[in-house]
Amino acid sequence: MSDEDEIILSELNDEDLVAQMFDDLYDGMKEEIEESVNILLSRDWEPYRILTEALVGGMTIVGHDFRDGILFVPEVLLAANAMKGGMFILKPLLAETGAPQVGKMVIGTVKGDIHDIGKNLVGMMMEGAGFEVIDLGINNAVESYLEALEAESADILGMSALLTTTMPYMKVVIDTLIEKGIRDDYIVLVGGAPLNEEFGKAIGADAYCRDAAVAVETAKTFVARKHNQSGATA
Amino acid sequence: MIPAADPKAGRILLLACGALAREILAVNQASGLDHLDLQCLPAIYHNHPEKIVPAVRDAVAKYRGTYAKIFVVYADCGTGGQLKTACRDLGVEMLAGPHCYSFFEGNAAFAANDEITAFYLTDFLVRQFDSFVWEPLGFAKYPAKFDVLRDMYFGHYTKLVYQAQTDDPTLTQLAETYAERLQLPFERRFTGYGDLETELTGLT
Repeated sequence: MSDEDEIILSELNDEDLVAQMFDDLYDGMKEEIEESVNILLSRDWEPYRILTEALVGGMTIVGHDFRDGILFVPEVLLAANAMKGGMFILKPLLAETGAPQVGKMVIGTVKGDIHDIGKNLVGMMMEGAGFEVIDLGINNAVESYLEALEAESADILGMSALLTTTMPYMKVVIDTLIEKGIRDDYIVLVGGAPLNEEFGKAIGADAYCRDAAVAVETAKTFVARKHNQSGATA
Repeated sequence: MIPAADPKAGRILLLACGALAREILAVNQASGLDHLDLQCLPAIYHNHPEKIVPAVRDAVAKYRGTYAKIFVVYADCGTGGQLKTACRDLGVEMLAGPHCYSFFEGNAAFAANDEITAFYLTDFLVRQFDSFVWEPLGFAKYPAKFDVLRDMYFGHYTKLVYQAQTDDPTLTQLAETYAERLQLPFERRFTGYGDLETELTGLT
């Protein structure tokens, strides 16, 4: 591209800048996303608006094209990395400006599993949807989940596994919740490449989520249902 | 009129992952397993486990009229137990274990190792590293983003283990090069054919 064709982000109006951010997310341009976020902040956009309209809007397109076989894992990861750059700027500001909190999720890959790509994507998209996410990282034993759920007063437990050998551990965690009489205190969502809906039901999860977008929608539905139930019994 | 003898009588069809073809033929030849015929499904299903079960179902349907016995030379291979269920439904047997890394090393030994931060390569994956690892992970397409992708994929791995089925210095050298590319410490571990050999030689 010649210098003449180069896009000066700061010279774009809001609408064009957001459209350009969609393109930059799609192309995994982290530095450009960071610059655009700062430009919108300087134009007095609320951090929550930047998050939802620009970043989540762009990642939603990426998610759809991944689902439809147009984009592949490397492109999704690069887009996620770009979004992460924008989120890093916005996250402290979201708390300061009282952005709406939909609910709180504790998430981590299960014991024996270090594969966290899916878990990271889910965590990021959940944050984008207004959830607070407590990321426990990889290789979590049941105690780790339980401690975090209690300490954080979480609404949702998210467990992820990539291996057939590690996915049964999700049942260990759910069974422990049942033993302690706290299973119904949490929405339990599970995901990972070798899982399916049948497995999710068999282990007693509330739902299996095949990708990050489904996880977000499922979480929203269950949280709304939980709030409605609380309201009805209050 | 005397009916012609069935040419497949007494023979067993191995319905296998293409990534195991060379190893299966080596075992069959070394052990004189002349009663085993081989048909392979595309090796690239190694990267797409969701394609394995439908392909196995189709292939069993295609060959079951020809062979009295079909043996599926796949382990679970990322199907989340669905291949086991399908094989049970179809009335065919399959390899034990979670994946080739496990049965080459021996399923019991592999489980005992509990080596969760090792990235494995087999002889096949060393030979096909670019098309099965490097390119699908986007390293060839996005060289400028290598560090980002490398950390996202391999950030939690602590070593690359080359499970050698054969003693081939060329493959060992290549595997070491790939470990360097992925910035992982290298370890070579000779496994031979492990449980694959045991299972194939036990087929009657």
